[in-house]
Amino acid sequence: MGRYVARRLLQMIPVFFGTTFLIFFAVFTLPGDPVRALFGDRRPPQEVIDAIREKYGLDDPFIVQYGKYMSNLFQGDFGVTLQGRDVLDVLSEAWPISIKLAVAAFAIEVIIGIVAGVLAGLRRGSFIDNLVLVSTTIVVSLPIFVIGFTVALLIGLPLARNGILPSSGVGGGWRSYVLPGFVLASVSLAYLARLTRSSLSENLRSDYVRTATAKGLPRSRVVIRHTLRNSLIPVVTLLGVDLGVLMGGAIVTESIFNIPGIGRTIFQGIQNQEGSLVVGITTVLVLIYLFATLLVDVLYALLDPRIRYD
Amino acid sequence: MRGGVARAVNGVSYTLNPGETLAVLGESGSGKSVTAEAIVGILDSPPGFIPKGEVRFRGDNLLALPEARRRQIRGQHVAMIFQDALSALNPVHTVGSQIGEMFRVHRGMSKADARKRAIELMDLVRIPAARARVDDYPHQFSGGMRQRIMIAMSIALDPDVLIADEPTTALDVTVQAQIMDLLAELQRERNMGLILITHDLGVVADVADKIAVMYAGRIVEEAPVHEIYANPAHPYTEGLLASIPRVDMKGQELYAIKGLPPNLMHIPSGCPFHPRCPYRRDDVCTTKVPPLYDVGPARGSACHFWEEVLDGSNR
Repeated sequence: MGRYVARRLLQMIPVFFGTTFLIFFAVFTLPGDPVRALFGDRRPPQEVIDAIREKYGLDDPFIVQYGKYMSNLFQGDFGVTLQGRDVLDVLSEAWPISIKLAVAAFAIEVIIGIVAGVLAGLRRGSFIDNLVLVSTTIVVSLPIFVIGFTVALLIGLPLARNGILPSSGVGGGWRSYVLPGFVLASVSLAYLARLTRSSLSENLRSDYVRTATAKGLPRSRVVIRHTLRNSLIPVVTLLGVDLGVLMGGAIVTESIFNIPGIGRTIFQGIQNQEGSLVVGITTVLVLIYLFATLLVDVLYALLDPRIRYD
Repeated sequence: MRGGVARAVNGVSYTLNPGETLAVLGESGSGKSVTAEAIVGILDSPPGFIPKGEVRFRGDNLLALPEARRRQIRGQHVAMIFQDALSALNPVHTVGSQIGEMFRVHRGMSKADARKRAIELMDLVRIPAARARVDDYPHQFSGGMRQRIMIAMSIALDPDVLIADEPTTALDVTVQAQIMDLLAELQRERNMGLILITHDLGVVADVADKIAVMYAGRIVEEAPVHEIYANPAHPYTEGLLASIPRVDMKGQELYAIKGLPPNLMHIPSGCPFHPRCPYRRDDVCTTKVPPLYDVGPARGSACHFWEEVLDGSNR
């Protein structure tokens, strides 16, 4: 296992360079001029434009820009935005907020999703099973901005009026993250509940569950010890991927709930063609994804003894 | 999916005494396993259900007992082993914990004691280096060893009745013989009743005391093992015995019973075997369901013309 993890960590190096190169290339080839975007409608004097282009090395060939960027990156320098702010500062401001949001969403997803899936899977065809199936179908088929605005208007506003939960911004401590967390989690929660349900009910029909019943074990033990753990193996994969997705911030959810997280930052970065900002954020995102998938693979081996990587 | 009720088992009745081995013989789909699952109480319901019947164990009707009481009987008094030990053992728990679980749950033993007992049982079923292998997982054992673990688990609490559902079908021939020997030996030592469900006539002859032959969810013949081999009283049994490969018939084509076993949704009228039967007489066999006729001491045959079959005139 240790060797496997070490090998995976080594494999991350080419993946890291490959993805950053692609992202840098994508941002580089974006149409439009970042310097013009900076000034909006006003057209600055040509000398100013040239000075800025010179300062940020925008006239260098692509490969030189990439090389400079990467060498700075390894010295801990993420570069500077066109407005003159240190990218690292922007990141360290926005990311903690997105991580709090991700933690809230992940907790909501895991608790509600797994509980709903287990209840539905244990009693197929029951009221609760149908409730889970219908409600998850609705959630999955709605675009996230519809869910977001609906929740903000129908639930967020009344709650905010009564002072129970804030519906905008992050001024209210952890309570600010409840509604956006719920919206952000909703779609993955629905998939998770469905996956848990089908995985559990499939396992309940397996031969080893029949054996466990034939051994005279109580139903609770049959379900918890002999079914749940086996059913959780595919669920863990989904959760690992979700963790990566959630940590990456959420453009739509953060916009609706006015949360100054990484999603909003990256959106603004793309709009303003802030190359170093976008590449900086995605570089960190790539790392998060790589570690999330590694975590999934390690958990996989812990849950299922048949999987050994060495 | 097609709707409807399949009568997988219909009017089956058998008796087992302590220390006795009953072989239940039949083709796939004849209702052998469903009967066994109904006895142990692990029939999947829904979709399965038992509209009528009794399972009497020491005088109690198990089907009428509350679930909590049935659960205590399962595993402790009536145990079961399955055909494919790889899928019947839980892949994510060690074999030691799966065997020890019997003691933990039914006897309230501590983890360490249960583990000790698991090692003893693995020794008993002759798994080499039991102490070293107790913490291994099922996939780390060979097929024969896995079936031994299944057996160790099933006999852990010294059950009165052991139901073995095709215990050797998934194994190769040499291992089959070892497993059957082990089962026979354990049965002798413990005076267990053994119900051996199989489609393999070769397995049956050596170990069984009596045989019940099932066809389309019914028992068609019941007899002590030697009598059935010497002189079957039902055309289906006769066909089964004729289809065993024999050394003196080498080079000749094997005998096969004509036709296919019936679809349980559409069991033929009258005697369910009549479409495949060489003794058939259309007036009787297609209309009248044969009862299990008394054809001798402890023998029964569900054939209207059992006397003819016994004479062997139509062979």
